[in-house]
Amino acid sequence: MIRAFGYNEFLFLLSAVQWTLLLSVIAFIGGGIVGLFVALGRTSDVKPLRLLATGYIQLFQGTPLLMQLFLVFFGATVVGIDMSPWVAAAVGLTLNTSAFLGEIWRGCIQSVPRGQWEAASSLGLRYPGLMRYVILPQAVKVAVPPTVGYLVQVIKGTSLAAIIGFVELTRAGQIVNNATFQPFLVFGIVAAIYFALCWPLSLLSQRLEARYAAPSR
Amino acid sequence: MALATEPTRNGVAPPMSADVVIRMEGVQKWYDQFQVLKDIDLEVHRGERIVICGPSGSGKSTLIRCINQLERHQKGRITVNGVELGPHHRQLDLVRREVGMVFQSFNLFPHLTVLENCMLAPLKVRGTTKAEAKATAMRYLERVRIPEQADKYPGQLSGGQQQRVAIARSLCMNPKVMLFDEPTSALDPEMVKEVLDTMIGLAEDGMTMLCVTHEMGFAKSVAHRVIFMDRGEIVEQNTPEEFFSAPKSERTRSFLGQILAH
Repeated sequence: MIRAFGYNEFLFLLSAVQWTLLLSVIAFIGGGIVGLFVALGRTSDVKPLRLLATGYIQLFQGTPLLMQLFLVFFGATVVGIDMSPWVAAAVGLTLNTSAFLGEIWRGCIQSVPRGQWEAASSLGLRYPGLMRYVILPQAVKVAVPPTVGYLVQVIKGTSLAAIIGFVELTRAGQIVNNATFQPFLVFGIVAAIYFALCWPLSLLSQRLEARYAAPSR
Repeated sequence: MALATEPTRNGVAPPMSADVVIRMEGVQKWYDQFQVLKDIDLEVHRGERIVICGPSGSGKSTLIRCINQLERHQKGRITVNGVELGPHHRQLDLVRREVGMVFQSFNLFPHLTVLENCMLAPLKVRGTTKAEAKATAMRYLERVRIPEQADKYPGQLSGGQQQRVAIARSLCMNPKVMLFDEPTSALDPEMVKEVLDTMIGLAEDGMTMLCVTHEMGFAKSVAHRVIFMDRGEIVEQNTPEEFFSAPKSERTRSFLGQILAH
């Protein structure tokens, strides 16, 4: 029995947006926390840490996000953990996001001139204080625009969680389409909703970039 | 006759009997195959003021950067204030607290105000109270004659002002020794004097100073000893009078000829 695409179907899609957003926020926060350590490892003076972080980044940048989600989801079953699609998607996206943010932030940390490290060291600041009070505050200014820009990738990336059965916007689209059989209309609306979420962030990122590119105070 | 601990200006013999603050013995350093420091021996006494000059690439900056280990030496011993620099962080921390450094490019922290620049290390390294750190910072900002700029950001100051803040920032840690790495080389000519005057003021207060600089006027009037370096070696060292009037080595003569010719 084929249903018509109506107000209820539209509301169903809209309500699925909350899961897309929630998953994005979790991936972003989790990815941000892990990503900070990845970035610190990548810029560390300690060679093993640097190699570890580099390997981590290569691994997640060199394989498709979908494979990473599969490996987390099915891998958990293999080792005997019953992982819900929710948790699997959150873990998979967090890992993936951390690798990309780690690499973006590495560049931001390294953009702080060498003289800043030297001045802070010569004043007796050790690594934690040097990072916290001197390097990171300057790196953050550089990091904000590309980080907001990357948030767009995270939101779009959550659509792959549909394939492991997590009902977010894309999966909701599939469900509605199975009932209404109007793929062009349904996925057109789904795409429009993604665009409505992502476009403002892209604009924000551009504006931030223009603002930070302006001569500093 | 001045007391040994209070050296008078202008080339009067430095207090040789006073204690040694920095001792370098057989220090060597390579960048890959290229040797930048060849068997450096140097003793710096408390209150002594040394100017190091030489052509670019002669190793003079590397030499002073080894003293606070911004560059690591590979051979030889460096002892600062009785602490021998080794592979451990503890010695390094002890040394860096007592050795101030002023850089060619100022290296102020651009995201902090002048006052915050001066307070950061006393607060986070020495653990002084905020009130105390602020009082110290203001005292040294007055001494370099820019207390009115305390709440500005470095980017709002001229080069000369920034360098004076950098000097004040170092002084806030109450260092036993100050290292200057070409402190006036990045400045517009009209700003050189204000920075040199600040350094002369420090010298008059008896600060132990090592300056890499090409300001020969400064060397003549302030230094106890001038060291000439070339190709990683200390070629010649002498009092400013002897150094400028009767240089012993051919390399020194040709270097002086080049920088004093115009």
